[in-house]
Amino acid sequence: MTELKSMLIPYLTGDTFALIYLIAGVLFILGLKGLAHPSSARRGNNFAMLGMFIAIVATLFHPHVVDYLWIFIPMALGALIGVPLALKINMTSMPQLVAILHSFVGMAAVLVAGGMYLENPQAHDTVAMIEIFMGAWIGAITFTGSIVAFGKLNGNFRSAPITFKGQHLLNLIIFTAMILAGICFVTQHSLPAFMIMCGLAFLLGFTLIIPIGGADMPVIVSMLNSYSGWAAAATGFTLGNMQLIIAGALIGSSGAILSYIMCKAMNRSFISVILGGFGASEEETAMAAKQASAAEKGVKSAAVEDAAYMLENAESVIIVPGYGMAVAQAQHALKDVMEVLEEKGVKVRFAIHPVAGRMPGHMNVLLAESDVPYDRVEEMDEINGSFSQTDVVLVVGANDVVNPDAKEDPSSPLYGMPILDAYKAKMVYVVKRSMNSGYAGVENTLFYMDNTYMIFGDAKEVAENMSSSLKGTGH
Amino acid sequence: MVVSLFTVAVIVFVLACFVGYHVVWGVTPALHTPLMAVTNAISGIVIVGAMMVAGGAVEVDMAQSDVLLDMMDVQEHAPEYSAYIAKAIGSVGVFLASINIFGGFVVTNRMLAMFKSKDKK
Repeated sequence: MTELKSMLIPYLTGDTFALIYLIAGVLFILGLKGLAHPSSARRGNNFAMLGMFIAIVATLFHPHVVDYLWIFIPMALGALIGVPLALKINMTSMPQLVAILHSFVGMAAVLVAGGMYLENPQAHDTVAMIEIFMGAWIGAITFTGSIVAFGKLNGNFRSAPITFKGQHLLNLIIFTAMILAGICFVTQHSLPAFMIMCGLAFLLGFTLIIPIGGADMPVIVSMLNSYSGWAAAATGFTLGNMQLIIAGALIGSSGAILSYIMCKAMNRSFISVILGGFGASEEETAMAAKQASAAEKGVKSAAVEDAAYMLENAESVIIVPGYGMAVAQAQHALKDVMEVLEEKGVKVRFAIHPVAGRMPGHMNVLLAESDVPYDRVEEMDEINGSFSQTDVVLVVGANDVVNPDAKEDPSSPLYGMPILDAYKAKMVYVVKRSMNSGYAGVENTLFYMDNTYMIFGDAKEVAENMSSSLKGTGH
Repeated sequence: MVVSLFTVAVIVFVLACFVGYHVVWGVTPALHTPLMAVTNAISGIVIVGAMMVAGGAVEVDMAQSDVLLDMMDVQEHAPEYSAYIAKAIGSVGVFLASINIFGGFVVTNRMLAMFKSKDKK
């Protein structure tokens, strides 16, 4: 390695590296572009991997890098942890994996910033100091914010919003103090100021995410995705490395767009999500459950066999999965239902609301995992026109996203949120464990409509009974 | 007239944001989870920075004295001490970024392999 490097030295100029990093940056762009369609997506992923490979190899040849042991050992350890983790992770837990990986990027950005500074504490000019400061604080917020998001998704923290009086004031004070410590660091080159600044940024990541409820997690995970990008971009500025800047800008805009799509799908402003506190507190949920059990008499419940009978005699069926499907792990059983129905000549499609699940596109991955072909899975805008010509809609573990109040009742907290028009179908079956309300803590008027029947039970058991009942009648 | 590296970086950054904006809007919503996973892997590119810090040279005359003992004496040998700390910090950065890179790409690949169309089966 070292001999090869000394041979190449005349060619290893700053310009050479800039051009190699440019190639790698373009490969990242092609990688994301591949995701425009499932058929080109794997090629895209290979482009991105190639880009990463080129970047790492080029960096090994960088004149600044002389000590390989300090690189190869941690890299091998990282691979040893990362690969098995990625191979074993359950698709239902993807949001947790993504959250924890965000936290690693955040921490790595803090470490790089700290390392850059410590390498030569007094030698940086003001611009470089500001860049180090930016990389460190964005990274630090990403780190603790993602840890909290992980904890909420994984059930280590209460997923309900945790709010207290003066929360926003506290955040503002921490933020101001952090900026002041940062200014002190930039002007005085002081290590204690750097440590205090990082400490405050870590604290801020924690206090910013803790008041945000579980239902808002798709936005938060996307937002932290965006932050991890900006942190990488800030690191790129520190190093003067264009590839980091390109990659950071790509990821930053990707996360920002995803947050925007998620906010729009919930009809909430980004600011109101960030300020937190949305979603029912535990008391409200209990209250709603009490009301709901009183109201339970108002709904019609149906047996699985009845629903199976209606399904097989239908011409077209749309299945609306929600997070409840993921919790019950019902996707495989639902795929069986789809297959039996298709054998009987029924047209079956899945309808996905953008915020179904705990992260953008979560339902699509779960259905893909259970071998549902992606051309059977449609997005809200594609399928909403079809509900009125559909015989039977089967809602599995979804609630707020099919609540007609969002369209019709201006007093509902959901009002204005785009929904799947399940209520327009000739007949709706809702598979649900109980009458508990959804995350927004509001009653769903769909359940009380004339053409709606409830099937109470665990989504997986219901779907399994449904497919066996469908198979039974076939013989 | 010479344009500073910082200005060039700002130009690249702004243009890359526009590229990102357009490319990401083109991603099909069905693949938003793999998009997050692959951007996760790509954000592991901070490894480049971590490698620079971890692999950097430490300008100490090793033969001159017992380095470990000297490192105890923080005041006198602040630059070397600080440089070793920097390398250790960089190594931890390499470690964390590697988990992202390997984990992110492998899980993305695993997910994308699941997306099949009806005809291919």
